[in-house]
Parts: sequence; C-alpha cells; structure tokens
Amino acid sequence: MIMERNILEIENELVSSFSFLDTWEERYEYIIELGKKLPALEEEFKTEDKKIKGCQSTVWLVASYSEGRVFFKADSDAVIVKGLVSLLIEVLSGQVPDDIINARLDFIDKIGMHAHLAQTRSNGLRAMVAQMKDYARALKVINLNV
Amino acid sequence: MILTTPAPADLDIDVIRQQFPILDRMVQNKPLVYFDNAATTQKPQAVIDTISEYYSKYNANIHRGIHSLAEEATAAYEASRTAVQQFIGAAFPEDIIFTRGTTEGINLVAYTWGRANIRPGDEILISGMEHHSNIVPWQILCEEKKAVLKVIPVLDNGELSMAQFKSLLGPKTKMVAIAHVSNALGTVNPVKHIIEAAHRAGAVVLIDGAQSAVHLDIDVQDMDCDFFAFSGHKLYGPTGIGVLYGKKNILESMPVFHGGGEMIREVTFERTTYNDLPYKFEAGTPNIAGAIALKTAIDFLNNIGKGHIRKHEADLLEYATAELEKIPGLTIVGKARNKVGVISFVIDGFHPQDIGVLLDNQGIAVRTGHHCTQPLMRRFNIPGTVRASFAVYNTLAEVDVLIAGLWKSLKMLS
Repeated sequence: MIMERNILEIENELVSSFSFLDTWEERYEYIIELGKKLPALEEEFKTEDKKIKGCQSTVWLVASYSEGRVFFKADSDAVIVKGLVSLLIEVLSGQVPDDIINARLDFIDKIGMHAHLAQTRSNGLRAMVAQMKDYARALKVINLNV
Repeated sequence: MILTTPAPADLDIDVIRQQFPILDRMVQNKPLVYFDNAATTQKPQAVIDTISEYYSKYNANIHRGIHSLAEEATAAYEASRTAVQQFIGAAFPEDIIFTRGTTEGINLVAYTWGRANIRPGDEILISGMEHHSNIVPWQILCEEKKAVLKVIPVLDNGELSMAQFKSLLGPKTKMVAIAHVSNALGTVNPVKHIIEAAHRAGAVVLIDGAQSAVHLDIDVQDMDCDFFAFSGHKLYGPTGIGVLYGKKNILESMPVFHGGGEMIREVTFERTTYNDLPYKFEAGTPNIAGAIALKTAIDFLNNIGKGHIRKHEADLLEYATAELEKIPGLTIVGKARNKVGVISFVIDGFHPQDIGVLLDNQGIAVRTGHHCTQPLMRRFNIPGTVRASFAVYNTLAEVDVLIAGLWKSLKMLS
C-alpha cells in the first residue's frame, strides 16, 4: 500500500480536525474513541520484546517493512495511550524511514497533547515516538544491506 | 501505634491553607486539588521564607569560618539537628545525621553497616510492601556479600503476615528493614513488635519512616529501632534534606560513607583520621538551607500538633473511603485495620493512568502507577493503582471534587 499523503499533510489534517473540538473533554473523548477503535494487537505480538519501556501503562509496538515503507501496529492496556498511539500510527505508519526519522511531530503540541510528551515517565508518548524512530532506523539499515 | 496526642477541638483548615501559597494556584484553569502528599507535601510560607532568609541574610559555610555569618549559619544548622532529635525522641543530637533524604539514609546504612557486618549466607529481611528505596540497596549488598534477601509476605488486606515474619526470622537474620507506613497502601506496620522480635533474634532493625514521620508520633527510643530514616519534603519541609537516626554505639562502630571535607579530623597522604559523630557521616558542604528550613517545618507540625493533624486526616480518609466505595467496580487496595494518609484503589475495566490523566485535566493531582512498589503491585496482580494521599490542608470539599472528578472521568472513558 502506498500512502499518498506525507507526514506533514496528515499532521495538518489532524490539527484541523482537533480545531473543531473546543474543550478538553471533547479532545479527550475523541482520543478515547480513537483508542477504542484501534484494532487490538494479535496476542502473539504481545510479548516482552514488543513492550515499550518507560511507560506507566503497557504499550506493545510492532513494526514491519514493505516496499521501502515502515508499517506500525500497536496496542495498550490504557485507552488514552492507545488513542495517542493511534494518532502516531496514522501519521507515521506507511511512510519512508527517513521521513519517520526526521518527523518533528509538531501536531502533538498543536492538538493540546504536549503534556503527554513532557511527562515521559508517566505517559510514555516520547518513548513511543523514540521507539518508532528506532524501528525506522533499524529497518532502513537492515533493508539497505539486503 | 503511638497515638498519644489528644484529638483536636477543631482545626481551622482555612487558616492553615492560607499558609500554603501554592494552594491558590490554578491547574488547567481549575483550582488545584492536591492529593499527592505521600509523594511530597506542599510547603508553608514559613518554610519558603526560612530558605530565602538564609540566602539573603546569613549564607555561609558551616563549622569552619570564624566570622559572624558562619557562626549564625552553624548555630541555625545545629539548632535544626536538636529540633530533629526532639521530634523523633533521639537520645543525643549526634544520633541525627543529615542526609539528602530517606533513600540516602538507607543506602548509607547498607553501604557502611552492611559492608562491615554482612557475611556470605547472612539474611536480610524486608517486606513485600517496601518502596524500591528499601529493596534495591539491600539487593546490591546481598549480591556483593552473597547474602540472602528474604521477604515477609503481604496479606490480602494489606497487612504483613506476622506469622510468616516470625518463621522467616532466624539466627542468620542480621538486618530487618521495614517501612513504618506503606506508601502505596497506607498500612501502619506493627514496628514495635517487629523490632522486639528482631532484637531477640539478634538482628539490627532499620525503619523506613518516609511515610510515617509526618503522621505518627515518633519516639525512636521507645520504638527501640537501631536506624530510622525519613525525608524533609514529605513533612512540609524542603526537598534534598532528610535524616538518618542511628543508635550512637552503632553509628560509632560503622565505617565512613563518603570521604571529603567536614568528615575528617586530620588528613595526611598516608592516613586520614575521621571526625566524631555526626560529622563523620556528613562529608562535604551539606544542604544548609534545607536543614535549617526542616526545623521550620517541624515547628509548623508541632504548632498544629500531629494528633490534631492525624484526626483531620483520619476524617478525610474515612469520608473518601465511604464515597469511593459507592463507585461500582471500585476496589480499595489495602484495607489494613491501622492505616494512615493514603487511599489506593483500582476500578474494574479502567486503567489507573487513564483515570489519572482525566483527573489532572480537572485540576486534581493524584498519583497513578506502581508507586515505586512494583513487587507489591505484582503481589496484588494489578498494573498499578490510583492513589490519593492526604495532608493537613486538604478538605472534605476537596474529597467531593475528587469523587465528582472520578465519576466524570469514568463517564468519559465508558
């Protein structure tokens, strides 16, 4: 599957949809909804090595590589985290490794979720982003060497 | 437990709240409701002023200079040591060693007493409800000395199994290190029984007082513990200052911890002789402002009276427990008969972190997660809890805000 939109375009679309949500309640209800909609990860992937360290909740992240692009799947036992990870997947999954590695992800700030980036120890959004970029770097190197 | 101070007529919480400037602030455009007091308490204006006054008026290094500022700073620093001595009922001021906090106090004992006294095959006994700070230093010691770490199990209600404790205690037990009050459950452990039994078995006892010093009346001589460690910032004092109490004869027999200035008597390149207690364990320039302001915090506590505070916090705990139990699917983790300051809970089908995030957006500060007690969370087979912990400035109205905030959070998550 080739994505037609680049990271920045998807980020802008997300910022635009969040701009219609006026209150923190609406923003979080939307994220909770996204979290509930994100398909559960198959049990076989819920292994220790797929867990992201540094999160208060458990987050599993799986990456795969196909035709020069990196694809992500993820799950969490906390629904807000799952919603946030769903946003990251929407933005980063299906992109080329370099774009993922260089993504600034300013949209997180713009949709009012910057607190989740700052609180590394409790929310782990920063850890998730770092893990996704690490996968992109690793998959890039592995596939260049093939 | 030692609950000697008489119950209050009535505390004027409004007057007390006025002494805490941070309680006026807004969080997420809502008035702050601060229920994370077991992590750290807020500071009264008097404590903040003491720190500012020290740096504005008499900042100087202590115990060295002969000038007036140094003398003033030294006098204030040593006055704080005496205040701490009285606060915990220690026999001598030199039993009081200033540390950075409870963690440093426990590490000091593990590194000095532990290295001098623990042999291969010896046993160190802790409990299943210990904070990581009272687990990891002993694990490091056990690994180094090929000693064995033993753990007293926690019962379903959050109390320690005293039967198991007695069977784990044996001739090989050299150290028993136990929390006075559990930071995650609020359980008050029967430390006096534990200490007595441990002493009969020939073991030395360290009590982790991080959570107890602010709530309970502490008398280390009556308790007869060998070590007692606590932190200033959990009792309305500054961060970065804490206390390790030790019985004088034990402290004297212990090797030094950090080497440096202040802890020496004479240094030559061939050999260094060490200073007397307590300076032997206070290498380097200490947190002078913090130590002095710790006395202000102790004065603050003494002025109100711990008994009065305890009564108020018990009312908050009782009310919060009753209101929380009305929420379907909610389970309170830790229902010890003797409990202070802390209420920890989980709700079926909801992750503690989700609840914490939504409460934060309502200006309510609680702690979610494992509370640095991962083995305890594993024991209860939960990823963590939501924990509300109380201080003297909290009100019943704030408990109502918490309960309303919880209902709202659950509705949003459903």
